[in-house]
Amino acid sequence: MKKLFTLIISIGIGQMAFAQIDPKLLRAKPSDTAKNSLNMDAVYERPFIAVGKLPVSVGGYMEANWQYQGTDGISEGQQFQFRRMTLFVASTISKRIKFLSEIEFEPAEKEIAVEFAALDLELHPLLNLRGGMILNPIGAFNQNHDGPKWEFTDRPIAMTQMLPATWSSAGFGIYGKNYSGDWMLGYELYATSSFDDSIIANPENRTSLAASKRNPERFEEIASGQPLLTGKVAVRRNNIGELGVSYMGGVYNKWQSDGIVIDDKRRLNVFAIDFNTTLPKLKTFITAEWAWIRVDVPDTYSQQFGSRQMGGYIDIVQPVIKKTILGWQHSVVSLACRVEYVDWNVGKFRETGGNIGDELFSVMPGISFRPRQQTVLRFSYRKQWQKDILGNPPARTGAVQFGVSTYF
Amino acid sequence: MQKRLPIVLLSLMSLVAIMVSCEKIIPSSPKEDEILDGPVEGLSYDQLRRFALGDAAFNNEIFTPANGLGPGFVATSCGSCHAGDGKGHPFTTLVRFGQTDETGNKFLDQGGPQLQNRAIPGYKPEQIPADASFSKFTPPANTGLGFLELVADADILAMADPQDLDNDGISGVPNYAVLPSYVQAFNNAIALKGKYIHRFGKKAAAYNLLHQTVNAYNQDIGITSSFDPVDAYTRMVIDPEISTLTVNNVVFYLQTLKAPIQRDAGNAEVETGRKLFEKINCSGCHKPTLKTVFSPVVALSNKEFHPYTDLLLHDMGPGLDDGYTEGSAKTFEWRTPPLWGLGLSMNSQGGSYHLLHDGRAKSIEEAVTLHGGEASASRNRFNQLSGAERNAMLRFLESL
Repeated sequence: MKKLFTLIISIGIGQMAFAQIDPKLLRAKPSDTAKNSLNMDAVYERPFIAVGKLPVSVGGYMEANWQYQGTDGISEGQQFQFRRMTLFVASTISKRIKFLSEIEFEPAEKEIAVEFAALDLELHPLLNLRGGMILNPIGAFNQNHDGPKWEFTDRPIAMTQMLPATWSSAGFGIYGKNYSGDWMLGYELYATSSFDDSIIANPENRTSLAASKRNPERFEEIASGQPLLTGKVAVRRNNIGELGVSYMGGVYNKWQSDGIVIDDKRRLNVFAIDFNTTLPKLKTFITAEWAWIRVDVPDTYSQQFGSRQMGGYIDIVQPVIKKTILGWQHSVVSLACRVEYVDWNVGKFRETGGNIGDELFSVMPGISFRPRQQTVLRFSYRKQWQKDILGNPPARTGAVQFGVSTYF
Repeated sequence: MQKRLPIVLLSLMSLVAIMVSCEKIIPSSPKEDEILDGPVEGLSYDQLRRFALGDAAFNNEIFTPANGLGPGFVATSCGSCHAGDGKGHPFTTLVRFGQTDETGNKFLDQGGPQLQNRAIPGYKPEQIPADASFSKFTPPANTGLGFLELVADADILAMADPQDLDNDGISGVPNYAVLPSYVQAFNNAIALKGKYIHRFGKKAAAYNLLHQTVNAYNQDIGITSSFDPVDAYTRMVIDPEISTLTVNNVVFYLQTLKAPIQRDAGNAEVETGRKLFEKINCSGCHKPTLKTVFSPVVALSNKEFHPYTDLLLHDMGPGLDDGYTEGSAKTFEWRTPPLWGLGLSMNSQGGSYHLLHDGRAKSIEEAVTLHGGEASASRNRFNQLSGAERNAMLRFLESL
């Protein structure tokens, strides 16, 4: 409540200060839409507004939607949801020193979170130092997740509930990029705060890296006392697309207390591969991501918490109309489809040798309308099948969503 | 401007049409007779609210070390063992050990009667002592338990025939045991030397659904309550890890779960099977019809129902004698399991049958042929049925 009050006052003061500025001084800084960017650039690939000659730019986005969802004939009815509003503040402190922050408000989660707040120090184009609150570069979605960039209201299940996007943590690291003709190569390597025991002890009743997000102490204390390492290499060729390979791993559990060893050290390892491209003639945009997770779960614990997970998604977006619609120039109507799969528990039961279930498959066709590139109205229908851990007949879910999302 | 209007109107109308008709495009409910969960018909609004609270606690409340799981445990929630309120899977089969006769369990100081075969990280699970006999218990279905709880002791005793006076080879005896301190005897209870007729569980060792629920929280999940504050792992009295209200809500949920609904009751083959079931005297133990006594829950009060059990213990022969028992039951005696819901077992057992007390039978037919002891005569008659007759009887059993 105190946080909320402070926020409202801050915004109010900000609004008053803003009102005294001549609007002519506000300059929209379009995002760099050149092809020579990678997913790792997503934090800067946003429309910002600069005020006069001040070195600070601001921006943000919001997402809201209407939804009707039901599983096996049971529905909570129609829902209006305000998913999130995010504010960006970027500052060029000097030519080679930048700061960017991203603060996210999620009313449903009662959460105000600093999602990204990092200082970037360029030592050399191939060697930049980044420190602060960073988005771990595992897969692509974690770094490139802004709502207005996507044609669907829901974020990919595998990337948000299996991989814990958005997963940000305190830490330091290096990154760099290099161009050569049509080729581009980028890398990132960070040491950050890590996960904790809740990934195998949580109300989801399954191994869940996302469960660690509920631990507020993770920004101050690493449960294992050992940093999480995250690294990614991405390569892009302009007429082919971008391919990224990433890894995240480390000891996750609290294995000692006050110097006393109370458990074995247990590791988690995550591998992800991501790809995106735009087909030359059709302008079909395809983005896909797949991840594998291995978690050291004690043999004496329950197989309810799996030691292996895998999953991913593919989005196919086909622009079908590009013209002035309702007075908006360069509007785009696109057809889109997302296919998702997650196996939360890869393996076989020790008792029977049969496959462990706990898997999900979803297909989501949709249509989107972009009056401007930064604003999207999107409609989709999800059909989902989810099996429980025993592999019983799947629960069938259907969901209709209409949502809006825009940068501002 | 005028050109835009039709497009805007059409878009808005389409959106409204979708919002209005969306109920039609979400997946429909399975047929009522194809699922086991859901409340018994006729509950009042306040009873339905309580049912919903119990449902949430039973199926959605997941226990972790933070809210009391373990340290030793078998499962992390009630729903883990009873998916869709149906029969369980070998993944959560219980192991009980240490008692060979009615003098009691000799291994209580070594973790008996139930093995907590799993443990939270940093702890070791229990082991079965080398010299202890044991038995595996596959979780049963939960449905219709409220009806079974309301069968009068007098009715159970009327089905018992300890001396086999009717000479049909079937005796049947109740499991008499001492009540735990937190359990109150039924108004109509018929006691024998301070012991009461128990009726739930594979050995009929649980008196009522409160007894069953408290025991399951404690022994299966490692959750203490005000009813049973002794931690199964440390054997120490600790603070309750679940509220008394939640336990009571779960008990109410179990009491008011609907009874399974028979499918294809009018089918000729099913009807033939039903007649054969009675002809070869499977119904000698699997009594088709019982009735409830008065209950303040009107939906359960004075009702006739069809569980296919007599709630009695029967000698099932040496093949099913694991050398372990509970209460006054012998090691070779098992309580007649209700057959209602049998045909839906695969929907909760991961697509396969895991029948009999430990899930050893992989089909209904195998379960029948593994019957021994008092059921030997019926089993032999089943084996002598023609193929068509056997199929009809299996079809009938699948319809339950």
